[in-house]
Amino acid sequence: MLQITCPWCGTRAETEFTCGGEGGIVRPTATETMTDAQWGDYVFMRKNPKGVHHEQWRHSSGCGRWFNALRDTVSYRFEAVWKIGEVPPAAAAGHVRSGGAA
Amino acid sequence: MQKFSIWSLLRNSMSYHEGWQKQWRSPEPQREYDVVVIGAGGHGLATAYYLAKEHGVRNIAVVEKGYLGGGNTARNTTIVRSNYLWDESTALYEKAMKLWEGLSQDINYNVMFSQRGVMNLGHSLQDMRDIERRVTANRLNGVDGEVVSPAQIKEMIPFINLNTRYPVLGASLQRRGGVARHDAVAWGFARAADAHGVDIIQQCEVTGIRRDGGAVVGVETAKGFIKAKKVAIVAAGHSSVVADMAGIRLPIECRPLQALVSEPLKPIFPNVVMSNAIHAYISQSDKGDLVIGAGVDQYAGYGQRGSYHTIEHTLQAIVEMFPLFSRVRMNRQWGGIVDISPDACPIIGLTPVKGLYINCGWGTGGFKATPGSGWVMAHTVAQDRPHALNEALCLDRFYSGHLIDEHGAAGVAH
Repeated sequence: MLQITCPWCGTRAETEFTCGGEGGIVRPTATETMTDAQWGDYVFMRKNPKGVHHEQWRHSSGCGRWFNALRDTVSYRFEAVWKIGEVPPAAAAGHVRSGGAA
Repeated sequence: MQKFSIWSLLRNSMSYHEGWQKQWRSPEPQREYDVVVIGAGGHGLATAYYLAKEHGVRNIAVVEKGYLGGGNTARNTTIVRSNYLWDESTALYEKAMKLWEGLSQDINYNVMFSQRGVMNLGHSLQDMRDIERRVTANRLNGVDGEVVSPAQIKEMIPFINLNTRYPVLGASLQRRGGVARHDAVAWGFARAADAHGVDIIQQCEVTGIRRDGGAVVGVETAKGFIKAKKVAIVAAGHSSVVADMAGIRLPIECRPLQALVSEPLKPIFPNVVMSNAIHAYISQSDKGDLVIGAGVDQYAGYGQRGSYHTIEHTLQAIVEMFPLFSRVRMNRQWGGIVDISPDACPIIGLTPVKGLYINCGWGTGGFKATPGSGWVMAHTVAQDRPHALNEALCLDRFYSGHLIDEHGAAGVAH
């Protein structure tokens, strides 16, 4: 079982958390002009990287809050966690979508 | 190819079984192939086999990063069934089932396909309504299926505890479902493909897909560049990684899926039991070990291992339903990387790159489809268009919105 650090509550067992998948996906605003290809890309297409991955997690059995995480999908190690709206740590450079509400 | 039969077995017994040939060659890659298949798992090898056999394509290579059949083909729980809900998926899995029924003869290799029946248990009234619906849909699609009562389940498995925390109210039963020997499927397809002249190149990782003007021209590998008219990606858990080499985005997320086997026991478990609601499935291999599958872990992972609490959860359900297994010791436990698509249906078809084809998204249930998957993929690659069986399963369904929602309906423990 993973040990996950919630940026609000501290380190807890994985069973308290819910993984929310890829982080930083922003709902598009110009929805009325979007093509099917753009919609498909936003709704379904995912990076699914082998290596460092920007994810969103929720401390669902704890404080209930969402947060950002940088996790290696091979070693499963959490490289960094940061609160929603905070500036991503330096380690996240290159892994967080530009323009995204990280 | 040296044909396997009772006569060849007898003949070879005269020479102390020292005269058997290698089952496939280990060739060095040629400079150019008509088709290069990326991934020598069951699906990739089946693709190569049917390309050679059904479509007369010569000059095929299957390139593999590790060793053949060493990924999810070696890591699944070997269950074969075709009792899916929707027409599109049922047709494909039923095609696979029909191929399974003749596979050992076709490839002259005993894949130990055993149609011992697959039960999907229902634990609530809603489960039972879904089971009724799925069985009815199956029968309308020409797939065998029946709804069985708790008494009938007890008759088949006398030691099952029906009165658990989530009582067993009934089950669907597909009698043609069962299990097959996973390794034999990979080895059998490898041997049969090799006999058709397919080069199986192991320890040869693909590092890039070379394109020219929107068309594929070959693959960069650990053993150098291999020119190819057509390239088929059949990379299961590494589909996103390989597709990314050609700039293709996929709606796939990879998760660890764990399984475990017990110490060998005398024959006790008569068929396959799956429970979607409590995330457990179990059967007994011909070797005697109980083969138990768990649900997927919640996070993306390429590590071929998952979290302990996931298998603990599964074993709690198994022990509650089968209390006599509570003292059985587990021998081995492992994880595979399953490529899950948003609608729990595979993606088989063309890609935006000309001459590049993809077969992925089988998620937690690819093994059962192995021959069918290879069969439709071979058609897709050879004809440069999908077969009627995989027309609805192409990548473009995620842009058109025509998803085939097998989540939950499929009786899969997600």
